[in-house]
Amino acid sequence: MIHARGLTKHYGPKVAVDHADFTVRPGRVTGFLGPNGAGKSTTMRLILGLDHANEGDVTVNGKHYRQLGAPLCEVGALLEAKAVHGGRSAYNHLLCLAKSNGIPRRRVDEVLGLVGLEKVAKKPSRGFSLGMGQRLGIAGALLGDPGVLMFDEPVNGLDPEGILWIRNLMKKLAAEGRTIFVSSHLMSEMALTADHLVVIGRGRILAETSTREFIAANATSHVKVRSPQLGELGSLLSRHGWRVELEGDQSLRVFGARTAEIGDTAADHGLRLHELSPVQPSLEEAFMRLTGDAVEYHAGIPGNGTGTAAGERPEAPAAVGPPPPGSRPPEGMPSESRDGQRGGDWS
Amino acid sequence: MTTETTTAPAPARPRRATFGNVVSAEWTKVLTVRSTFWTLLAGIIVTIGLSLLLAWAFTSQYGEMSAADRAEFDPAAYSLAGVNFGMVAFGVLGVLVITGEYATGMIRTSLIAMPRRVEFLAAKALALGAVTLIVGVLVSFASFLPCQLIFKSQKIDASLGDDGVLRAVVGGGLYLALIALLALGIGALLRHTAGSVSVILGVLFVLPIIAQFLPGDWASTVSRFLPSGAGGAVMSVKPAEGVLSPWTGFAVLVLYTVVVLAAALFAIQKRDA
Repeated sequence: MIHARGLTKHYGPKVAVDHADFTVRPGRVTGFLGPNGAGKSTTMRLILGLDHANEGDVTVNGKHYRQLGAPLCEVGALLEAKAVHGGRSAYNHLLCLAKSNGIPRRRVDEVLGLVGLEKVAKKPSRGFSLGMGQRLGIAGALLGDPGVLMFDEPVNGLDPEGILWIRNLMKKLAAEGRTIFVSSHLMSEMALTADHLVVIGRGRILAETSTREFIAANATSHVKVRSPQLGELGSLLSRHGWRVELEGDQSLRVFGARTAEIGDTAADHGLRLHELSPVQPSLEEAFMRLTGDAVEYHAGIPGNGTGTAAGERPEAPAAVGPPPPGSRPPEGMPSESRDGQRGGDWS
Repeated sequence: MTTETTTAPAPARPRRATFGNVVSAEWTKVLTVRSTFWTLLAGIIVTIGLSLLLAWAFTSQYGEMSAADRAEFDPAAYSLAGVNFGMVAFGVLGVLVITGEYATGMIRTSLIAMPRRVEFLAAKALALGAVTLIVGVLVSFASFLPCQLIFKSQKIDASLGDDGVLRAVVGGGLYLALIALLALGIGALLRHTAGSVSVILGVLFVLPIIAQFLPGDWASTVSRFLPSGAGGAVMSVKPAEGVLSPWTGFAVLVLYTVVVLAAALFAIQKRDA
């Protein structure tokens, strides 16, 4: 269990973590999601006592990290890959860590086996690939058989096999009743791994909820409709009280209607359909919607709408669904209101 | 790689890592990187090699020396002269033991494993002190004994049983260990290898030169209290003019080392890692 209250960290005038409150509970994988520079790594460093908080505090199992008697036996952490001395062999690296916490030597061989590094255990770690470095870091995290595990961007640099391995490892560890806290900016990965989410943007906690609820609250499902009579169809569906958006000039997004209703309505009016498919909301969409205001560094690609100043939300995914609770409505976005007022090019 | 991972999560363990655990870990750290081996090997070769060279050069000129020069001859100090150069390697080792962790990012792993930072740095100092003291004393004897064989040709050799000789030889090892610890403190404060090595070289070699240029009595007063001048006194049996007595000088070097290490302990506690 990790518990943060009002956790705040400044680096000079820059606020890296801003009064963060969150709780990470055992028995599930909690994803720590946020754009680059949002404060994920800083928060993890604060949890581990590497950096000192300016305000507030954070505890692990009810204690400050520095108060833990044998920290590796309570918390395992993988921070950036290769936080190791490259001249030392993998075995000796783990042996030093084990000794510092009074962990028996045989456990070193065990964790080397768990992560599949037995064959290179005696080699200096400077020759390791990024993936092997990650595995060594994970071996170090598992060394003390801790009940709390933290992984900072664990799949970075891993091949598909390695990603699958980490994903299954985290789920298994959570199923054993451990507390798993894993940061990532990769939403597809989080959607597959995390049961619960702590979402951070510009140092502030934006949401703390289950992954399913997060998606449900911040993104909506819709039906994608293609038709050679797009204009007529759009007007028709709008008159039925469904919200309709034009997606490119090829298809419509229809909100609040089931596929059968749309198909029947079209048939009643003799309109032809070329596609009628339900679209499930994605974590990505929900995330972009929520953190559109909170992205620290925009890509700055002109013309695609995502390179604009913070405050405007990225165009493509944000153009659908209602605005997130508590934020101002998006401006300049194509939308059809629910009361049937028409817009777009099909009127 | 297997999906069999671990046993059930450990309940909160009452066990606490002891200071002995931390020292044992730091001891292993010092001995499991090659830089330790290479720097100590360099220190051994330089110390013994230069001592032998000086002993040979002195002995071959002994016949032409004046009586006054001969009277000043200190067979213990002359056989340990190489220590004054070999100490560079010990200083570099002291720096690397801590800046190597900062340079590689290992420091974060270390402080996650042992967040009680005072214990961490104290254990590191203890492990480094033990390694450098053992090697330092051995190299000091390995320097003294063959040099006496050279001196024996002119019947000017000393033996370990002579007054103050054993203290001087053991003192050579203590001096090397203290230089390593002083360097560890500097490295922990600066957290940067090149900068820390420059500082330790400056303290050991540049400051004494600068001190020579000071006016009047200042030159000898300051020289006497510099780390190298003060600490080096422990290796002489016939104290030269304007040098502190052996143990007083040694105590001054201990004081410098303690002050620098205390500052380093304070800093590592306060700073973000």
